[in-house]
Amino acid sequence: MTQVIEIASWVLILLGSFFTIVGAVGLVRMPDVFTRMHAASVTDTLGIGFLFLGLCLQAGIGLVTLKLVFLLALFFFTGPVVTHALAQACLHEGLKPMLAEDRRNARPEASDDGRQP
Amino acid sequence: MFAAATAAILVALSLAITRAIRGPTVFDRVLAGNSVGTLAIMLLAVTGFLTGRPEFLDIGLTYGLLNLISTLAVLKFFRHGDLAYAADDEQRS
Amino acid sequence: MRHIAVAAILFFFWLALSGHYTPFLLTAGVLSAALCVLAMIRARVADAEAAPLELLWAAVTYFPWLIREIVKSAWSVTKIILHPNLPISPTMTVVHASQKTSPGVATYANSITLTPGTITVGVSGKELIIHALVTEGAVDLEEGGMDRRVSRFEGAK
Repeated sequence: MTQVIEIASWVLILLGSFFTIVGAVGLVRMPDVFTRMHAASVTDTLGIGFLFLGLCLQAGIGLVTLKLVFLLALFFFTGPVVTHALAQACLHEGLKPMLAEDRRNARPEASDDGRQP
Repeated sequence: MFAAATAAILVALSLAITRAIRGPTVFDRVLAGNSVGTLAIMLLAVTGFLTGRPEFLDIGLTYGLLNLISTLAVLKFFRHGDLAYAADDEQRS
Repeated sequence: MRHIAVAAILFFFWLALSGHYTPFLLTAGVLSAALCVLAMIRARVADAEAAPLELLWAAVTYFPWLIREIVKSAWSVTKIILHPNLPISPTMTVVHASQKTSPGVATYANSITLTPGTITVGVSGKELIIHALVTEGAVDLEEGGMDRRVSRFEGAK
């Protein structure tokens, strides 16, 4: 039984590391600010989620697991706030996202393809 | 195997710092800074387990709260040029 | 009643973080929880909007569904990032939030942002402006599956 938990925790930790690197690669590869935010949110959700779940399995039941769960909850509630504030600040500053398609029919003035990075 | 996770986080950190250096706008740098904060918390947690001292998680919690507040403060500063700005035009866009 | 519940939750948080249970520290925990609630009352944030305790039970069924959505969309974003041609088609759209209260609308907007691939860029009234990484993500949101789910979560008091 302990062997099973051990293997499961290693799998989770390796998955978390994988998604962390994927998010960071996306941060470098994506062409503009808005698309980079999508890449960063992969790290913020799946990377940290899988990694901390694996650490929970390593720690067993106790205060350490509870703290890890608190950290996860903190990220689940503050991550969207930061991303939303960042996106709103970008739009407010007049940064035009590069768009393949604009479905906001009420706002025709923002439909050009925007600035190149 | 904790060492593998630490290495992965360090690779991700270097990529995020690349974006912070190259980023054309200030918002790219803020986004990269926020990612660096997230990765630092993950690094703290994993290092705590690597060295057998899970007390590092307390520092991680503090870092998480500070990360949120500092990112919001930097954004507000670049948007208004001032931290003490009334929130009356927050309804726009 | 709500104040006492909030104080109890804060005290539980103190217990979980401290890990030492001497009489002095327990008394200090009770006092600081009470002080926090007093500060909340003075700042006029100790109401249903800041501490929506009624939603706790609905959250038990809502969060597993949300986590499944997050995993699905994060996997599709991962495939896009690792694809050599980077097949993105960024799209902006406007969706209508059909929730009645502002915590409901905030839950919907945060759920959209938390799901990788879609970001709530702006809120005006009950219209949310969405930026999606691929056009399919925007179309999915326009169909409103998540909207109905959040409405059910909000109404399940």
